[in-house]
Amino acid sequence: MIRSFAENEVKPLAAEVDEQERFPMETVEKMAKLGIMGIPIPKQYGGQGGTVQMYIMAVEELSRVCATTGVIVSAHTSLCMAPILEHGTEEQKMKYLPKLASGEWIGAFGLTEPNAGTDAAMQQTTAVDAGDKWILNGTKIFITNASYANVFIVMAMTDKSKGTKGISAFIVEKGMPGFSIGKKELKMGIRGSATCELVFENCEVPKENLLGQLGKGFSIAMKTLDGGRIGIASQALGIAQGAMDETVKYTKERKQFGKAIAQFQNTQFQMADLKTKVEAARFLVRSAAWKKDNGIPYSADAAMAKLFAAETAMEVTTKAVQFHGGYGYTREYPVERMMRDAKITEIYEGTSEVQRMVIAGHLFK
Amino acid sequence: MNIIVCIKQVPDTTEIKIDPVKGTLIREGVPSIMNPDDKGGLELALRLKDQFGANVTVVSMGPPQADVIMREAFAMGADRAILLSDRKFAGSDTLATSYALAGLCKTLDYDLIIAGRQAIDGDTAQVGPEMAEHLGLPQVSYVCDAKKLDNGNLLVHKENEDSVQVLEVEGKCLLTVLASAFEARYMTVSGIVEAYNKEVEVWNADKVGYDESRLGLSGSPTKVFQSFPKAMKAPGEVHEVSEEEAVELIVNKLKEKHII
Repeated sequence: MIRSFAENEVKPLAAEVDEQERFPMETVEKMAKLGIMGIPIPKQYGGQGGTVQMYIMAVEELSRVCATTGVIVSAHTSLCMAPILEHGTEEQKMKYLPKLASGEWIGAFGLTEPNAGTDAAMQQTTAVDAGDKWILNGTKIFITNASYANVFIVMAMTDKSKGTKGISAFIVEKGMPGFSIGKKELKMGIRGSATCELVFENCEVPKENLLGQLGKGFSIAMKTLDGGRIGIASQALGIAQGAMDETVKYTKERKQFGKAIAQFQNTQFQMADLKTKVEAARFLVRSAAWKKDNGIPYSADAAMAKLFAAETAMEVTTKAVQFHGGYGYTREYPVERMMRDAKITEIYEGTSEVQRMVIAGHLFK
Repeated sequence: MNIIVCIKQVPDTTEIKIDPVKGTLIREGVPSIMNPDDKGGLELALRLKDQFGANVTVVSMGPPQADVIMREAFAMGADRAILLSDRKFAGSDTLATSYALAGLCKTLDYDLIIAGRQAIDGDTAQVGPEMAEHLGLPQVSYVCDAKKLDNGNLLVHKENEDSVQVLEVEGKCLLTVLASAFEARYMTVSGIVEAYNKEVEVWNADKVGYDESRLGLSGSPTKVFQSFPKAMKAPGEVHEVSEEEAVELIVNKLKEKHII
């Protein structure tokens, strides 16, 4: 179902969304109608009652034709709805999840700051207890879905002296006084995704919008990213699969030296290796999702899935462009876009280096 | 309103190849799908359900693997699914198939039966109309539009080669439907989740009660003698000339094509 939706509704827009750096709102509305914006959220909170596995397969299929659409769903689901579902109070869940899961609202997540990237503990955004409300000050950058989102999970320092244990998580709504969206980034890939700054100037957040316990924000952020990584791994997997499919099609059609380039052993051997890597990535991704669905610790699995899938996506798309030759370098064929889109999967929601840190951390603990 | 929709699992013939020696379909590795015209029929049923409220039951005859399309029907919005599955049905032609499906319909309470015009693996367009004959129902085939009127009758558009016939049908009837006229909806995510919590009822021949001589191979007067792909051949040229001129013409043609 997601594949036919992706082929019929998403693929035709992919090049245009990239070219014009346009957020595909019409696709989000269609996905909302079909339930794609709330797949792993229980029915009692307005979701579809599906599994993480179903959700990440949807992200893969969407990303196979348009990585922008894949990350919109992934950030919305893994980075905004998941932390509310896992750490929110019953009131918070009832207030936010039905509107998010139905796709009426879009969700986002704010952790990264100009001086707190991979070193996420260096949060400079502050939240001060002002009696009946929290006052937030600071700037977040590179926030996916920002200018279209209604709800943001935002990390801020509530007690600097406690280090990471002084960070707390907040649910911030669009339109809260003192909250604005800053400049939009011009990116190499996933250009339809709205990536912007969040600016908090004495932003007033109601007391009840603290997510989880005071001082647990860093831990919530790390757990959220563990889950998010399965989504991004699926996005990377989708991009890799999409580039494979395009290359198989092209090399069967393209003739040089009197035969289809798919008949050359160089093509066959390289493609066989790439196919093997894509399948290996798929097993890692599915295994991480299976563990999350079954309540088994999956942090290292998610890191391995993301590391391997992202690097596979980069390799497959780079070689896909090579197989397409000069045509692959033009925007006439989608592999050019796929190669640009693939790069971000090695960077966001933890760079490949961070994934190695996480994996090694589990290995040598 | 109770609607029965007949659906069939077929190989996706857009991806199928034919064994050039045996002349049979190569089915390995070919995905199975819900037959497109049947999906159009299900879409019509679901549109009637959306507008007027209805209970939609999908029925199929096939091996247990057909479970997949029954669940797809659930995920699109069908309420009940019955799969006739029994070795006694094996080898059925259209007559035996329509007899089996009609027998199943007799045991159900219905106001309307919808079938696809034809299946893409057989292209006979016979099963629907034959079912109507077994059941003694009026039928409209090649349906491209259908609406329910205030008086309860159906206003049906039937597509002919060069015209459209508009018919008002009173009472129970059977329609066969064109996929092109009813673009099928997507399954929904919640539909997919629920599809696996619902039961596909699998019925054997005994559950319906048939004259068994009319089932399967013994009930099938049609035998496939041979199947073969159409040979594609360029149209030839005919020249009415003398022997000498013929030799010259052939030599020139062969030179022209760089054969000699």
